[in-house]
Amino acid sequence: MTEPLLEIQGIHKRFGGLHALNDVSLSIKRGEIYGLIGPNGAGKTTLFNVLTGLYQPDEGKFTFNGKDLFRQKPHVVVGSGIARTFQNIRLFANMTAKENVMVGRHVRSGAGVFGAVFRPPAAKREEAAIHARAQELLDYVGIAARHNELARNLSYGDQRRLEIARALATDPTLLALDEPAAGMNPKETDDLKKLMEKIRKDGVTILLIEHDVKLMMGLCDRIAVLDYGKKIAEGVPEVVKNDPRVIEAYLGVAPE
Amino acid sequence: MSSFDSMKQSRTGALVGFALMAVALVLLPVLFGKGLGNTWVRNLDFAMLYIMLALGLNIVVGYAGLLDLGYIAFYAVGAYLYALLNSPHLVPLLQGTGLEWILGPSIWIVIPLAALVAGSFGVMLGSPTLKLRGDYLAIVTLGFGEIIRIFMNNLNHPVNLTNGPRGITLIEPITLFGHSLGKPLHLFGLEIPPLYQYYYLFLALTMFIVFVSIRLQDSRIGRAWVAIREDEIAANAMGINTRNVKLLAFAMGASFGGVAGCLFSSLQGFISPESFGLMESIIVLSMVVLGGMGHIPGVILGAVILVFVPEALRDVINPLQNALIDRKIISGKIIDPEVVRMLMFGLALIFVMLLRPEGLWPSKRRRAELHPKTDDIARQEKDSVADAERNHD
Repeated sequence: MTEPLLEIQGIHKRFGGLHALNDVSLSIKRGEIYGLIGPNGAGKTTLFNVLTGLYQPDEGKFTFNGKDLFRQKPHVVVGSGIARTFQNIRLFANMTAKENVMVGRHVRSGAGVFGAVFRPPAAKREEAAIHARAQELLDYVGIAARHNELARNLSYGDQRRLEIARALATDPTLLALDEPAAGMNPKETDDLKKLMEKIRKDGVTILLIEHDVKLMMGLCDRIAVLDYGKKIAEGVPEVVKNDPRVIEAYLGVAPE
Repeated sequence: MSSFDSMKQSRTGALVGFALMAVALVLLPVLFGKGLGNTWVRNLDFAMLYIMLALGLNIVVGYAGLLDLGYIAFYAVGAYLYALLNSPHLVPLLQGTGLEWILGPSIWIVIPLAALVAGSFGVMLGSPTLKLRGDYLAIVTLGFGEIIRIFMNNLNHPVNLTNGPRGITLIEPITLFGHSLGKPLHLFGLEIPPLYQYYYLFLALTMFIVFVSIRLQDSRIGRAWVAIREDEIAANAMGINTRNVKLLAFAMGASFGGVAGCLFSSLQGFISPESFGLMESIIVLSMVVLGGMGHIPGVILGAVILVFVPEALRDVINPLQNALIDRKIISGKIIDPEVVRMLMFGLALIFVMLLRPEGLWPSKRRRAELHPKTDDIARQEKDSVADAERNHD
């Protein structure tokens, strides 16, 4: 068995009196699609924010790719290879689609003020590479034709795709997607599924939060279920689906 | 970002336009001087200073979206730095310390030094405000601006560093290649008076600052600034070190202010804390907002208008009142021209902001933000209707 790509142990996160994450441990293997489900308010997005550095956990261990990322800043986390999208799309609305993706290249490039102002050959090459890579990624997610459009003017589905392209621009090893299929119709969901499978085939591990259980069952290699900040189940979709605690969390206890 | 091909095609046109503009800029002070008098050459000098200031503030406010109401503090830092190093004021203080050599440095040293020192002050202002946004940030920066001014006002004891409210006098003009800009320059049989020489120096530095602004805008750093303005959390989550990038914006903006301050000090020959009040910060901010935040030509236009229009109003109101007095229509000046000037100025600003909130010459980005094109809205609606229909199936 391969060594896990991401491993968290005993993560706690409290907001005042609310224990949002209570002793959560999980490990994600290289190359898998790992799903995270749970009722609303279960702590999925909180866990996401912990994994991407936006929240600092109170306790626990967090290693990624052999590196300790416990309480690291988001830019360090991104630099180590974790990229994310947001549940409620957070694009740079007044930048073009291509510029959005170019911002994603920030962490993989280094030109400073001197490079920007005097443009030595190295800075020029870097900038050209940023342009090329951004266009390539727009093409990869299927919105190359709209590269010059402001992000705000893209259709909803295209905005979701653009967020994925922007995240991919950071060259992630792990791509974390927060409800990417929310608000999509079956056709768009299907296209998204194909895109995720393509991304995984190209060597990127995927962590996915989603409500669409059908999508999750067909796509994920393993699924973890959160309820009230605790992990109540983990395993292959078939097993998780039939776990009594999971059914209870979603539907309530059956009357005796 | 236009494509590379179209840039090449339009290059000849751009070169011609550039050449025409260069000739116009060189002849401008002559036209102003002959046509309107030397005051207007001076106004032209000040226009250049304010363009530099507005472009500096534009980096902080326009690109990075950080509202800064204390920007003039950096202008003050540059001005005092130049004044202290180029006036007799520090001579008694430095006597016998072996540090007299720091006085009267070359302009090649003092201008970069002013940029550096003002930039450090920018970082000083930036670091405690990193977590603040919008109105909170504005209040803190306003406080910072006032603190600097109050320091200038009170640092005359126990050690007389700034000479307090009396200010610093006898500031030496800039010396360039052994020639003092305070004296007329004889070149090819022409006599170029100091005000004109200052204009050409200011123009050169303004051009440099415009160049730096353009280059920064279209770069990795510039994109990071705009990303932070658009959505700081998303920018952070995309791997931008928002702390450093914001501090860099403060430092860059401040350094432009420092350079302008240096030049101001040299042109005036006298500075006092009075020149660096809150009103000045507000005027520079108005230039940025009026012209079009984040858009270099717009910001330049804003600066030029806000320097020239009040001066032009002064030139109109005074003669008008005098004419009315001569014809016995009124007996004595009814209104102080200064008051009318500020009234009209205020009204003009209100009207522009009501009618064109994006500024007189906005960037495409901001125009889209404040005036979404009707077809964009129509398309978005069509999309959402289509989405809804598909979801029903």
